[in-house]
Amino acid sequence: MLKPSLLRDCLFALVAFAILAALPSIFPSKGLTDFMVRLAAFAIFATSLNILVGYGGMESFGHGLFFGLGCYSFGLIMQNFPYVTIPGAFALTILLSMLVGAVVGAICVRLNETYFAFLTLAFQMLLHSLIIAWTPITGGDQGLTGGIPRPPFLGIRLDNHYHLYLFSAGLMIACLLAMYHLVQSPFGYTLRIIRDNASRAVFLGIDVFRMRLLAFVIAGGFGAVGGIIMSLFVSGAFPDFAYWTISGEAIFMIMLGGITVFLGPLVGAIMLLLLNDVVTKLTSHYGLVLGSIILLFALGLRKGLLDFIKDWTVDRRDGQASASARSAATAATAAAPAAAPARAPGE
Amino acid sequence: MLKIEHLSKSFGGVTATNDVSLHFPKGSLTAVIGPNGAGKTTFFNLITGAFKPDKGRILLDGVDIAGLSPPEIVRRGIGRAFQIARIFPTLTVREAILGAVQAHRGQHAMLSRRFPLQETEERAQQIMEMTGLQPKANTLSRNLSHGDQKLLDIALALVLEPRVLLLDEPTAGMGPEERWAMIDKVKGLWEREKMTLIFIEHDMSIVFKIAQTVRVLSYGRVLAEGTPDEIRRHPEVIKAYLGTEFEAH
Repeated sequence: MLKPSLLRDCLFALVAFAILAALPSIFPSKGLTDFMVRLAAFAIFATSLNILVGYGGMESFGHGLFFGLGCYSFGLIMQNFPYVTIPGAFALTILLSMLVGAVVGAICVRLNETYFAFLTLAFQMLLHSLIIAWTPITGGDQGLTGGIPRPPFLGIRLDNHYHLYLFSAGLMIACLLAMYHLVQSPFGYTLRIIRDNASRAVFLGIDVFRMRLLAFVIAGGFGAVGGIIMSLFVSGAFPDFAYWTISGEAIFMIMLGGITVFLGPLVGAIMLLLLNDVVTKLTSHYGLVLGSIILLFALGLRKGLLDFIKDWTVDRRDGQASASARSAATAATAAAPAAAPARAPGE
Repeated sequence: MLKIEHLSKSFGGVTATNDVSLHFPKGSLTAVIGPNGAGKTTFFNLITGAFKPDKGRILLDGVDIAGLSPPEIVRRGIGRAFQIARIFPTLTVREAILGAVQAHRGQHAMLSRRFPLQETEERAQQIMEMTGLQPKANTLSRNLSHGDQKLLDIALALVLEPRVLLLDEPTAGMGPEERWAMIDKVKGLWEREKMTLIFIEHDMSIVFKIAQTVRVLSYGRVLAEGTPDEIRRHPEVIKAYLGTEFEAH
């Protein structure tokens, strides 16, 4: 039953975890472990967004809804219910996020691209306003202060620096593995089919609404995990984690790293976090530098880093398809805008 | 098999399909011809459920399917390929066909296993052999030639095991050689799969060579129907569509 490809991915994940676990003893630096925890939060978050954007063709501008929801509900559960363990709070938070995802998704995924994007953004800002306004529960614009209790479980003490590092790294690898399995499943290919040509998918007997909703709910659940790691890292939750800029950062990450290669968002997350750390040290004009770099990608490569590499290799492989065939295909695409969003290969 | 009775459809003041009654017997190969704007594509859109007819019945094996949604009609066995190939540009030929097969079997929402599902591979292989897309199995759909994109569109329709297959200008936009290769494949499919095939075509040499019967539409009405020979000599068809030039051939 276990396919060789699945076995190979599990082995790959184990090796990656072993390397990450050994890293702090080779380079003992708090900067590195802190970076890793933040990376885990954003890599999971950005990759979950990319299930929607890259694989499903659903450009959500409000994915930060789930990041914020993850931060706050995890923090609130741990602060207010001392008998709930950390795994329990994880499960409750993910469940809640998926429920919210089902409700929000049921409203949003019926809409076409532009309205979908803006409505998801609207729901995220609704959560943000709720957090700001509901001061007695959420602490308003001060955020959840006073620290989040982190009782030990299964011998893991998350108030310990190295434990938190290992836990985040493990969680990142586990979540990426699960999401990779998802995009390689029959459902993952159904998503690609819908992304490429939703109206044709209908003719194959695919219920586009239900498939999109399922993707939205799952992405929401994973997005919340990113938020939970962030709240563990800062031992709190702040309104900024639910603000639209969080969605923006995830969008930058997938744009920088690439949307058609599974590890694109991870690479993008590394790039953006590194940029953030380096540039803010050198200059106060962080936005200006970051903007220039994103422009460079948008105008120069016209796609994310891994997308660029992948397209180059695939088109070389299909080299027998002459330039004329390509232009005929583009003409057909142009003639039937509904038929074919111009997008790079799905993998 | 497929019986159309008094089918009508208007858009605003324009009657695109006007009281069309036609019968397509089981296993027949029919060409639908007519000048631009005669309502040929509209006729296909009505049969496949893309448009809802104003009046009339569409009987598939005696059951009225008029007004059903496109997916329902597909499920009942009417497949369709489009004038402009409607495919999945970023998937390879093999992936697209495998994806269609798993959707047809209701396994497209499965999360626990890996794509491709083993039990779908044989069928996908079969479809690729039927359409001759085998050598292009691993080519991205967007990198296919124009003709192969249309073949893939037909292949996707075939996955659903249609009893009736509608092809909207299968040779549109192709050079002469590609055209004949395509039409040979279409005819081969029809012979092997024994389905009822209806195609819209502008190239009269193709129509007269392969069609068993020809239906001529003009201004949304049926102008004439008959064997290619009958249609060739039909005075009204010559006047409305073929022109005197054609007689000289």
